[in-house]
Amino acid sequence: MAKKLESSLKNMVLSLLFISMGMSAALGFVYVITKSPIENSMKKAETEAIKNVLPTFDNDPTTSATTIEGLVYYTATNKGNPVGCAIKTFTDKGFAGHFEIMVGFKSDGTIYKTVVLDQKETPGLGDKMKTAWKDQFNEKNPANFKLLVKKDGGQVDAITASTITSRAFCDAIQKAYDGFMKNIYSDLNKI
Amino acid sequence: MSKLKYLTNGLFKENPLLVLVLGTCPALAVTTSGINGVGMGAATTFVLLCSNVLISLLKNLIPSKVRIVAFIVVIATFVTIVDMTMKAFVPDLYKSLGIFIPLIVVNCIILGRAEAFAQKNTVFLSMLDGIGMGIGFTLALGIMGSIREILGSGSFFEIRLLSQEAKTMLLFVLPPGAFITFGYLIAIVNRIKSKYNI
Repeated sequence: MAKKLESSLKNMVLSLLFISMGMSAALGFVYVITKSPIENSMKKAETEAIKNVLPTFDNDPTTSATTIEGLVYYTATNKGNPVGCAIKTFTDKGFAGHFEIMVGFKSDGTIYKTVVLDQKETPGLGDKMKTAWKDQFNEKNPANFKLLVKKDGGQVDAITASTITSRAFCDAIQKAYDGFMKNIYSDLNKI
Repeated sequence: MSKLKYLTNGLFKENPLLVLVLGTCPALAVTTSGINGVGMGAATTFVLLCSNVLISLLKNLIPSKVRIVAFIVVIATFVTIVDMTMKAFVPDLYKSLGIFIPLIVVNCIILGRAEAFAQKNTVFLSMLDGIGMGIGFTLALGIMGSIREILGSGSFFEIRLLSQEAKTMLLFVLPPGAFITFGYLIAIVNRIKSKYNI
């Protein structure tokens, strides 16, 4: 076996330089290979979420995404007619803080469907918001559907033992609805 | 036979998680389901294998005073490769493992094997050691994840065993369940070891 290099300054500098250069080259190579699959899979996840919350559309809403005050708006059209707007909204009031949901609004402001994007709520309790629980918001128009849990005088059935999560969910939808009415509603209904 | 010993060493006798008790941070945090445990184990195995091989190849080029720095550079590179690859090809698993993929860099198993084994042994033996230790870690994480998933969510590798409404022991998918499962597994392994003198 060859003798180990002596720990002289020259040897240490050279060997670290050599290793760092080799490793950076490897990293650069993998970065180039994975760059477009990463972008594709992120875009696919986004499109998938939009598809889940809106009626059929045929444009690519991700190209027209606009961000206003932290909410991302994706407007969808079918044969040129607007079908609605998906809004990526968030709340910081969850039991574990921040979580993100996507809400689809039809042109008149009615909620079509919702989907949970990114959450850290308690497994088995708060994360039940991903299940059929959220279907109670479908086809409701927040103009005449009070987005508050029943305990707070609203019309939403809270998840048992997860009132905080339920409140946060309502908060996120309310935020999206307010944004929708302020920024999108007039555009979609200007005829 | 003697070479096989290096491969099987990590499976049970020196299982990195249950006997050497290394790498407990990701083990406790990500084993909320079987698939997460196995995914984490596979990622760690890949890094362990590559870093063991490369470090034993380079061992004569690395002056001993800067060896830790050199090891960390090598390990960090492989972790970043795994990180980018998983993000590109298995985004769902990547999302649920989250922060623990980059944290493989500081997993004691990998630096520990580099320091204790790869820098003293030949490339082939280091490779065997890396595979053995990696599989041992994956097995331990998989078992832990499965137990927690069965008891906590009533499913096994996402196949439902109980109906959606069934009451399960939620505690097991929460952090305390990780410690309870871990404790029992170590106790069982110690019992087997002392009984059969392995």
